[in-house]
Amino acid sequence: MANGIDTLIGKAEKTRVWRSIFRSGAGQSTLHRALAIQQNVFLHLFPTKVRRRMISLGATWYLGILTLGTFLLLLITGVLLMLYYHPSVPQAYADVKDLKYAVTSGLFLRNLHRWSAHAMVFLAFAHMFRVFYRGAYRPPREFNWVVGVVLLLFTLLLSYTGYLLPWDQLAFWAITVGSNISAAVPVVGNKFHFLLLGGNQVNANALLRFYVLHCAILPLTAVLFLVVHFWRIRKDGGLYVRKSEPHDQDEPKAASGAGEKQ
Amino acid sequence: MTTATTTISEADQELSRRRFFSQLGLGSLGVAAVGTLAFYYRYLSPNVLFEASPIVNAGIAENYPVDSVTLDATSGIYLIRVQEGFFSLKAVCTHLGCLTAWKPELGVIACPCHGSRFSREGQKLAGPAPKSLPWLKTWLSDDANLMVDRSAEIPALQFLRI
Repeated sequence: MANGIDTLIGKAEKTRVWRSIFRSGAGQSTLHRALAIQQNVFLHLFPTKVRRRMISLGATWYLGILTLGTFLLLLITGVLLMLYYHPSVPQAYADVKDLKYAVTSGLFLRNLHRWSAHAMVFLAFAHMFRVFYRGAYRPPREFNWVVGVVLLLFTLLLSYTGYLLPWDQLAFWAITVGSNISAAVPVVGNKFHFLLLGGNQVNANALLRFYVLHCAILPLTAVLFLVVHFWRIRKDGGLYVRKSEPHDQDEPKAASGAGEKQ
Repeated sequence: MTTATTTISEADQELSRRRFFSQLGLGSLGVAAVGTLAFYYRYLSPNVLFEASPIVNAGIAENYPVDSVTLDATSGIYLIRVQEGFFSLKAVCTHLGCLTAWKPELGVIACPCHGSRFSREGQKLAGPAPKSLPWLKTWLSDDANLMVDRSAEIPALQFLRI
């Protein structure tokens, strides 16, 4: 079975269509494998050669990839929820009710969005605790720690802006309280509060502004920082694996062997 | 000899044409950047707000018996009548903007969010609130309706005698 698939892929790799998409071909030489990375628009930012240990997901106890996973889930469910939700005062609350009671799978998607959001905040914190207590923030990875702090901030801002969108009493008072905290900033606080809400109170303008922030500005900026975060992992020598970790001490040959196999 | 030295030092101080134009270019870009920021700031500040008027018509005084505290939740104000007269308090907590509630059994105004407490006259009694509840300007309109201006704060204990 596996053999059959291999032959099938082997045949496909020789076709003209395949070669027009993947110009490098399917050789096993170092050159071929380097070209496969270099000539792919998604991968060409990365170094052509990297040790497997350096990008092993287990190095972050899978907390990094899980945070990314929840983020992708939130993108997909969020876009789907946008198809039924109108960010306007007369409709917002009714739309959320509709999603809950009238739309097929609406309840599932909305709850998936909500629980993924909670999970992402938890996972981002857990990820940072792991990085902190393992000392993985130390040079040469100190800048990636800073990028990570920015990403945590974006996670929290996304949570906060999403909080207003159901337009219920909880949302209204949470945003009233939260935006009043921003008004406490010295000198510019009141101006910032006015710009954020587009008025003096949580109203139609505030709902629309929070919607645009939640669905466009914040996710796009977060993706930008995510790209930098993943690129820096490779540029800063890969994910941090503590030398004194048991598997490093017990199997030094296996670890280096895994690296050479690439 | 003297002329040569002068020429060199002048050349050092003088702005070359290239330098002049690049500084002019960078300077105008800087001005344009500041202008752009001002443009966005102005664009993001709405000029017309579709918010309720700050002046509230509370109806005739006979609706409010002596020693009563009435919360107008829509406007976020208390209409209070005591022996000395009539007054109005802002019902929005001075801590983080929650709507407070009058607790007749305790005789205090309490905030449900973070537990601040105020006296019936708005005086801060406890909790994280930094200030007392402000008194609002009240007056009688020509057709004998009680009027409150939510945007005008007055010093405490200025009762409207009716």
